[in-house]
Amino acid sequence: MFKFPKIAIAIFLCISSASAFSQSTKYPGVGRDATAKEIAAWDIDVRPDFKGLPPGSGSVAKGQDVWEAKCAQCHGIFGESNEVFSPLIGGTTAEDIKTGRVANLTRADYPGRTTIMKVSTVSTLWDYINRAMPWTNPKTLTTEEVYAVTGFMLSMAGIVPDNYVLSDKNIAEVQKRMPNRNGMTTAHAMWPGKEFGKSPKPDTQNTICMKDCVPEPKVASFLPEFARNAHGNLSEQNRAVGQQKGADTTKPEGSSSQSNATIAPSANTPASTKSVDNKSDNKAVFALLSKNLCTACHSMDKKIVGPGFTEIAKKHPGKLDYLASKIKAGGSGVWGSIPMPAQNINDSDAKIIANWLANGAPK
Amino acid sequence: MNEQLNASGRLIKAPENFLTPTDVKTVFNEGKQGRRDFIRRAFAAASTATAAGVAAVSASAAWAQANPIPTEGGDPNILNLPEHATGLGQGVATEGYGKPSKYEGNLQRRQSPGLTQTNQASVSFAPLQSLFGIVTPSGLHFERHHQGWWDIDPSKHRFMINGLVKNAKVFTMDEIMRLPSVSRFHFIECGANTAVDWGNVAVPTVQYTHGMLSCSEFTGVPLITLLELAGADLKKGKFVLAEGGDGSSMTRTIPMSLITSGEVFVAYGQNGEMLRPENGYPLRLVVPGVQGVSWVKYLRRIEVGDQPYAAKDEAIHYMDLQPSGLHRQYTNIQECKSVVTTPSGGQVLLDKGFYNITGLAWSGKGKIKRVDVSTDGGRNWRQARLETPVLSKALTRFNLDWIWDGKPAIIQSRAQDETAYVQPMYKQLRDVRGTRSIYHNNAIQSWLVQENGEVKNVQVS
Repeated sequence: MFKFPKIAIAIFLCISSASAFSQSTKYPGVGRDATAKEIAAWDIDVRPDFKGLPPGSGSVAKGQDVWEAKCAQCHGIFGESNEVFSPLIGGTTAEDIKTGRVANLTRADYPGRTTIMKVSTVSTLWDYINRAMPWTNPKTLTTEEVYAVTGFMLSMAGIVPDNYVLSDKNIAEVQKRMPNRNGMTTAHAMWPGKEFGKSPKPDTQNTICMKDCVPEPKVASFLPEFARNAHGNLSEQNRAVGQQKGADTTKPEGSSSQSNATIAPSANTPASTKSVDNKSDNKAVFALLSKNLCTACHSMDKKIVGPGFTEIAKKHPGKLDYLASKIKAGGSGVWGSIPMPAQNINDSDAKIIANWLANGAPK
Repeated sequence: MNEQLNASGRLIKAPENFLTPTDVKTVFNEGKQGRRDFIRRAFAAASTATAAGVAAVSASAAWAQANPIPTEGGDPNILNLPEHATGLGQGVATEGYGKPSKYEGNLQRRQSPGLTQTNQASVSFAPLQSLFGIVTPSGLHFERHHQGWWDIDPSKHRFMINGLVKNAKVFTMDEIMRLPSVSRFHFIECGANTAVDWGNVAVPTVQYTHGMLSCSEFTGVPLITLLELAGADLKKGKFVLAEGGDGSSMTRTIPMSLITSGEVFVAYGQNGEMLRPENGYPLRLVVPGVQGVSWVKYLRRIEVGDQPYAAKDEAIHYMDLQPSGLHRQYTNIQECKSVVTTPSGGQVLLDKGFYNITGLAWSGKGKIKRVDVSTDGGRNWRQARLETPVLSKALTRFNLDWIWDGKPAIIQSRAQDETAYVQPMYKQLRDVRGTRSIYHNNAIQSWLVQENGEVKNVQVS
């Protein structure tokens, strides 16, 4: 991506206003000038004023094709999915587009906040899609695809019509229709420096009081009993020696055997070491699942984008070759309509994973 | 109850461990009147069922003895010399890179179940409940990745400076490590630390409430040195973009005032060794006092510009929603905050008697000036001891003596920094920011110590 404007500015500044720059010569031999080619390769950021935006365009129709092939697995067909990431689209209205403030953000009862409800600058969408998407293959979209996908998202939110072609020429017009464009403030005390104007005082003013400061306190919020063990056994999450122990949350609070389990892990077998040992046989497989990014879409038991590993194991016991070929080729229809793309995984990794699945996907 | 006693060859500590919950309740209820007699009776009753560990306890005091003399007349751990006192130990360099004791396996960074749906854009929390002092062991440093972590070959890593500079520059790691370096202790806290408790209590322990917090000694080169080498226009260049070299190529707008003050540096060292891969090996930005998302990992580029950048994590996430529906954008500073790490949620105090209340305090605006601790839910406070060192924008350890009388207690800590700002109560914070703000929750934390010794995460009204 050639960035004519930035380079032109750099050259211009070099020639015309050298006096504004003070260049240190204190450390000779350290660092060298970057080449124009190097800067073009890395300087990909796009600012709210569209500095850095490469010329180009992409249609909503093309964006829909790209979306369904590369984005919908995680974000849902309409950008509504909450399975893998927070929903992107939804919660904005035609009225918001007029006012530039998303009304639902004032509602405490409104469930969730989508990206399009929050984002005030369209440059942010373009920049992030370009630099970080798709999730498992960032920076592989063409400039046209980035325009197209951005346009498709904007059309889903009713910001541009279905037949729109987003380009560097009209993106500033689109900015004027962003639903939350007036929804930001920098009037707070949490930016160091005066770049956004004078910083106000901190917004809370507690004082040092030492005696009879508040009325008799009442417990207003605590963790419900059913969530007691939701974070695992807390006795295994505290050091086994010291002035306190961790509570055995596998048992109801105050049960008489609580102290037994609390103390037990100390001497010869730290609880977690034990559990790690049990799992060590499958550690290599888990590492492969992680390395090959399988876990971006599959979890152990529960469906995320694709089915859980134990679900696959249950459906295809012993079918090593079938599983190995599916891992490499992907497919759709077996577990639902969302396709699994073909994977760039080497044969031996695929085989080890397939073997593990064929044997019941033990944990 | 016999089975309770044989678990590890250690004595069960008195009294809660061998009394039923009802007994314990009675002990404390009747404690006010003739506690000694009652406890003696209760212990005597229990000792008929549990031979060991009781006789000595009955000896006297209102406080149960945590380390009683066993009936055999001595502790077998003293009387019977163990293998390590009578055999030959292991040789040097058995482990080329030493590991913690096998008994420390419970100290792990952990994920909070259900918080995120992928492991690559996720968080693991540091086990603050079991750490000492102010330095976080590098292997327990909290993690926040936006698109997974990498172990990058440092000989191939490059760092570029461009934008409003006289000459855009490229540096190798060799060159960066050749420049004059600084080594400084700083805390790093995720802007979303304690986020889950904005509305109400959601997680059980300090690991999950406050564990997106770590503190290390970082070594590197002040960014201003590098900007000057490139001839940056520091007059026009009011904003700086930092960009990572990984898949997400994370970007954030960095405050210029912290760069010109010399505080921001590009770091390669952490606690005496190189950065860990999970923490940005080989190069990350250190932005003291500012939330972790600005400490860009795998740092590849700095751009000097005249406007802020509205990066994804400045225009979609890491903004603070106010009750008005407006988002506060470019909120960077981690305001003054503290938390008691012991006793804290999910822990159990096994006896009444003396405890060392200990915790951490920090401020993104400078040094900690004082910390006060309350054991009655914020009514009355005592000033805690600050342990050295007390450093700017670093964790500060505090301690306070406490004798627990066995009654319910609500423990809180309240920190003040050198700007005189005092850590707010939940009510004060919510009055201004509501409950949907997600980020920058620095409210005073409450831990309820119950009569049975179990400590709970609570919020008080």
